[in-house]
Amino acid sequence: MKVDTSLPLEYSTEENRLKIFGFWLFLGAEIALFSMLFGTYFTLLNGTGNGPTAQEIFELKPVIVETLVLLTSSFTCGLAVHSMRLNFKKPMMTFFIITMCLGLVFLGVEILEFVTYIGEGATMQTSGFLSSLFMLLGTHGAHVTFGLFWGLCILIQVVREGFTARTANKFFIYSLYWHFLDVVWIFIFSFVYLKGMI
Amino acid sequence: MKWDEFFVTGDPLIYGAMVSIVVVSLAILITLAVTKRFGWLWNEWLTTVDHKRIGIMYILAALLMLFRGGVDALMMRLQLATPDMTFLASQHYNEVFSTHGTIMILFMAMPFVLGMMNIVVPLQIGARDVAFPVLNAISFWLFFAGAMLFNLSFIIGGSPDAGWSAYFPLASNEFSASVGHNYYSIALQLSGLGTLMTGINFIVTIIKMRAPGMKLWKMPMFTWATLITCIIILFAFPAFTVALAQMMFDRLFGTQFFSMSNGGMDMLWANNFWIWGHPEVYIVILPAFGIFSDVISTFARRNIYGYKSMVFSMFAISILSFLVWAHHFYTMGHSAAVNNVFSIATMAIAVPTGIKIFNWLFTLYKGKIVFPTAMLYSLAFIPIFTIGGVTGVMLAMASADYQYHNTMFLVAHFHYVLIPGTVFGMLAGVYYWFPKIFGFRLNEKIGKISFWLIAIFFNVTFLPLFYLGLDGMARRMYTYSEATGYGPLNLVSSIGAIFLATGFALIFYNVIYSMLKSPRDLHADPWDGRTLEWSIPSPAPFYNFAVTPTVQSEEPLWDYKKKGIPIYRDKIKPIHMPSNSGKPVIMGVLFFLWGFCMVFSWWIPSIIFGAAVFIVMATRSFERDDGYHVPVDEVIATENMLRGENQ
Repeated sequence: MKVDTSLPLEYSTEENRLKIFGFWLFLGAEIALFSMLFGTYFTLLNGTGNGPTAQEIFELKPVIVETLVLLTSSFTCGLAVHSMRLNFKKPMMTFFIITMCLGLVFLGVEILEFVTYIGEGATMQTSGFLSSLFMLLGTHGAHVTFGLFWGLCILIQVVREGFTARTANKFFIYSLYWHFLDVVWIFIFSFVYLKGMI
Repeated sequence: MKWDEFFVTGDPLIYGAMVSIVVVSLAILITLAVTKRFGWLWNEWLTTVDHKRIGIMYILAALLMLFRGGVDALMMRLQLATPDMTFLASQHYNEVFSTHGTIMILFMAMPFVLGMMNIVVPLQIGARDVAFPVLNAISFWLFFAGAMLFNLSFIIGGSPDAGWSAYFPLASNEFSASVGHNYYSIALQLSGLGTLMTGINFIVTIIKMRAPGMKLWKMPMFTWATLITCIIILFAFPAFTVALAQMMFDRLFGTQFFSMSNGGMDMLWANNFWIWGHPEVYIVILPAFGIFSDVISTFARRNIYGYKSMVFSMFAISILSFLVWAHHFYTMGHSAAVNNVFSIATMAIAVPTGIKIFNWLFTLYKGKIVFPTAMLYSLAFIPIFTIGGVTGVMLAMASADYQYHNTMFLVAHFHYVLIPGTVFGMLAGVYYWFPKIFGFRLNEKIGKISFWLIAIFFNVTFLPLFYLGLDGMARRMYTYSEATGYGPLNLVSSIGAIFLATGFALIFYNVIYSMLKSPRDLHADPWDGRTLEWSIPSPAPFYNFAVTPTVQSEEPLWDYKKKGIPIYRDKIKPIHMPSNSGKPVIMGVLFFLWGFCMVFSWWIPSIIFGAAVFIVMATRSFERDDGYHVPVDEVIATENMLRGENQ
């Protein structure tokens, strides 16, 4: 395997470069996917039928917590990548674990938010608006959930093998994914919650 | 659930199909057991990550689906042959046209296209495999799982019956009570995921793995077509993923996306579906354009006329393809302004397509044309496809479309673009590249007979439909009365369909005949080709290129033959190859089982199988397999064996 030492570890082999490029393309497809979900949401925004409207169900507090937690997790994820570049194994793992814990908190708050909505009679089956809301939030939440399991697999591999071309590549790609979920959340926060509450 | 609800009962045709499925499956198993081929099947095919073998499997599946969709077509033509025919009942007819459309587009045209890409692209760009070989195998097995799941619908549970475009509210639980559209939403989701990953895989392969010296502007035309097609796939298929997920949620979990009350919107389905559906049309046509370009240039013995304009027109088509989706439902009540925009955008596609048609004609001009079967398909494509294209512009005119909408005119139009476009293109590709993969040619005489049958009787079958449509015959009508006067032209069309089917049957016969009889003494370059794939031995060795080629123009082999510019300058070095993997096929089986349980709302098993898919993914993450190296001696021995026997 040819290793190019002038590049960061995650880019050091041909295979690694292919994987990173391929993952960027995958994120392009993910943008198309979330665009469709947003498009559906905006189309059905007024399709509340007999169910509640956005103003009636959205609450600021859990949303602010989710936003702060997820944005912070993106920051710690960046710190973890930075530590990896400096070859600091322990700080990298610490930041990585913090990232995942914050992700877990986000997920917990989001699930509580869903439970609240369902308790208020605002279920996925109630109206077109709520179907599209739950699918948009749910798809994002499912991505976070998948990210937690995926992150756990990578963490174990970093613990076992340290930083190699392979593990560094995996974690770098994971960081792209995690930041992407954060970007999607910013759009959800702005165009679903803020727009829905005013 | 009782057995008679689980299996489709009461129709002798379907009982016949059940028996034949059981008999064929048993026959395959017994043959494998008697010849002791299970190990061979597993090691050489099911676990393969070789792009050529995956391509072959795609094309075999496509031919199988061509047979299935073709039988559906013949049943429809028989039902419509004369007025007041009673061969198929209305419900059965609905199911037959729905599965015909879905299978022909998604399980025949798509795997044919993907198979061609798999076989040809790495060979054309001088690569040893695609960027992600295991992912490529996963793509194939996802497609195959989807295809098998969809085909199961007609014996277990019932087929979809709301047309291949599955418009709501017709496809909702209320109006389509069987599990047919559950199959539709889940099976297409699986194969769509596979296609998306293929798209990513081939973009990376083409952008990053070209031979030294092959700049983007020196790629063969089929590789260009593949790159642009994959870019469309990348942005179109996620839209389909979302549309199908919404359909599945509406049908299985009672959401209100497309419902008529509670704030849902049935037209949302039509929009979401065609945002994918129209680009999809170009996903299946652009690779065919690429094949025609390569075949015409080879057999006119000229370089392609207007290389850059060919590429730019494909880019223009790919962008426009995303801007025309609403032309599929002009009559469903948007404003005149909206219709205008989509009408003009649609007509604009005729411009880049016209440029391509003229470029092909100018390539032929002053060429020294030879006429093997591959070239005949390419030449027949030009006039027949032009009829399809021109009627497309007629349909693009929103106001006139009120006359043609949902008539046989539309049916004739899209068969006039898809058959001479996609099907002729893929058949030309099969005849052209067959010797590179198998080391012998398909018989030219049988090939030409079947070509003439197909080319002539295609027109006999579909030309009458234009006139029937203009007379007002609606599509998807299961019968008509004598007083309508549709009888004679329908009979002509049905007779044409029989001969058309004979033409396709001859292709199957040709493959078997050539396997047994065709001489195996082919050298590397049977057609006097121009691009890299003809510079390696036939059949192509599993590592493709013994030495990495270097390229200076878009026609490296032609340059070598005419000007002596060498392609292979390096010495043979050990070749790094990926190892086979059983995980893709296991994932395919698990996805199939997950899908099947989802169709019938069996939640607990579906959760188990779904979790199993993720467990396989996790084990793959922990796998440490860097592939293996083929030693120099083995490469030299293989090269000598192939070249020695063949030249």
